[in-house]
Amino acid sequence: MSVRHAPSAPATNLPGHQVVLGEPEPLRLDCGIALGPFPVAYQTYGELNADKSNAILVCHALTLDQFVAEDHPITGKPGWWDMVVGPGKALDTDRFQVICANVLGGCMGTVGPKEINPETGEPWGLDFPVITIGDMVRAQKMLVDHLGIEQLFCVTGGSMGAMQALEWAVRYPGQIFASIPIAGAARHTAQNIAFHEVGRQAIMADPDWRGGDYMRQGVIPNRGLAVARMAGHITYLSEVALHRKFGRNLQDREGLSYGFDADFQVESYLRHQGMTFVERFDANSYLYITRAMDYFDLPAEFDGQLPRAFEGTETRFCVISFTSDWLFPTSENRAVVHALNAAAANVSFVEVESDKGHDAFLLDEPEFAKVLAGFIDGCAEHHGLNAKR
Amino acid sequence: MTTPLPPLRADLSLIAEMIEPKSRLLDVGCGDGALLAWLDRHKDVDGRGMELSMGGVNACVSNGLSVIQGDADTDLKDYPSDAFDYVVLSQTLQATRNPHTVLEDMARIGRHAIVSFPNFGHWRVRFGLMFRGRMPVTETLSAQWYDTPNIHLCTIRDFVELCREVGVVIERGIALDGLARPLAHAATGRRANLFAENGIYLLRRG
Repeated sequence: MSVRHAPSAPATNLPGHQVVLGEPEPLRLDCGIALGPFPVAYQTYGELNADKSNAILVCHALTLDQFVAEDHPITGKPGWWDMVVGPGKALDTDRFQVICANVLGGCMGTVGPKEINPETGEPWGLDFPVITIGDMVRAQKMLVDHLGIEQLFCVTGGSMGAMQALEWAVRYPGQIFASIPIAGAARHTAQNIAFHEVGRQAIMADPDWRGGDYMRQGVIPNRGLAVARMAGHITYLSEVALHRKFGRNLQDREGLSYGFDADFQVESYLRHQGMTFVERFDANSYLYITRAMDYFDLPAEFDGQLPRAFEGTETRFCVISFTSDWLFPTSENRAVVHALNAAAANVSFVEVESDKGHDAFLLDEPEFAKVLAGFIDGCAEHHGLNAKR
Repeated sequence: MTTPLPPLRADLSLIAEMIEPKSRLLDVGCGDGALLAWLDRHKDVDGRGMELSMGGVNACVSNGLSVIQGDADTDLKDYPSDAFDYVVLSQTLQATRNPHTVLEDMARIGRHAIVSFPNFGHWRVRFGLMFRGRMPVTETLSAQWYDTPNIHLCTIRDFVELCREVGVVIERGIALDGLARPLAHAATGRRANLFAENGIYLLRRG
């Protein structure tokens, strides 16, 4: 497999905003290290109103970034949530300001292993501290404070974004009016940790990974990262979706090659996914962010009693899952709902019928968009925000 | 500008009349959320719903109501005691697997419970079984025995007995005819049991 070398795009060349946070007070990470000052890159869509009460923070998933609703600066592809973010859409940018920040440990302008460690003048590499979902959310809170927003109208996201939406609700209950965790969980399951470990081992087995020091040595572990992406990508789909898209169809050939070329369309598709991924993602970031997800375990932080995490919360919740999602299945989402019920929280829960797997939240699912829009409209009404224009 | 709501079904109107303004309410088996929407609009009630059908839940949430996809038989146990002022179970008791437990949970979760159900003691039902020898099919109970969701039908007197066993007090009851018009009979008596097609009861822990 041939792959192009990833261009290391400095944040300054990316559209959107970048701010330096963590000074004078650094960010205290869960691992015990104090981080700061550090850059955070973010993007906004729509305008803040006069009392800054209409901000929606979107939290992105593992391999996504802050380019929610515009063409991606590196790939040129449409924004990952173009389906639901924009004028007149579920997250209506005519009424709300949508904010999305690249997560801590990311590789699109926020501090991460690929950025320069100010102490050494070299890329962080594996000297970058291990971060958690809690750390990501604390960094986002610093950004929200910097923007002068006292209360977010809503925090939402899918997958790892759902973890952040939950973490926000637990850590800053008075500061978010609504939380919409989509296709998420209150803890990462053993099966999901296992899949992440496969991805990490693929990266670390690439001779070009160089113990994480590849940037200084002028190489990039593209093959390992591509395999990690391929394995991950399978978990985002469903058997039905794969079968519908590819079946056993052959790729540009009449018969089997009796070799190890990409005979099948599904192989060719996965290889393409792997190759395009390395153009925009950093291998060490993949290690750090998957680790943060693995460490996520909200119930454990409350002695196994998840309802205690939500005691007394006034936040309005809407939990959404998809029938064919086997990575973050309905049962995991329902566990969150049960805990919220046990805390007598205001919660809605919808399981959307879809055969598209975990990725359904990124795809054109009209029922999903309708539920999202309806919940947000209802919250806006209760929050005293202008009715739909 | 708020859009006007469609008029509330007659039996739901009677339930709505029992609810104090600004109270907290859980509607179990809330369907399309008509009662919740009405109470939100007219009585400023902090309402939540639980509904089994995905279509019903999606319709509710799309309309801005707080509703979860859930099952009265399995999901009521999660709620803490005294979480609500009212827990409503409208035309659903007879479709639960374990009405005894459901009623207990309702009385535990809410300061009040409101239950409405079709009366299997109505004279037409009795008549059908006695003279036709067939499971009754009426306007209220319109499904054939083999595809009815109503697996635990009861009479008003059965319900009164269940309340006694569970230890809840019937504070108020309304016996209804087939058009959901209140009848003059005492809502727990023999006449109601013979002439009411439906009953609505406001309960509290004894």
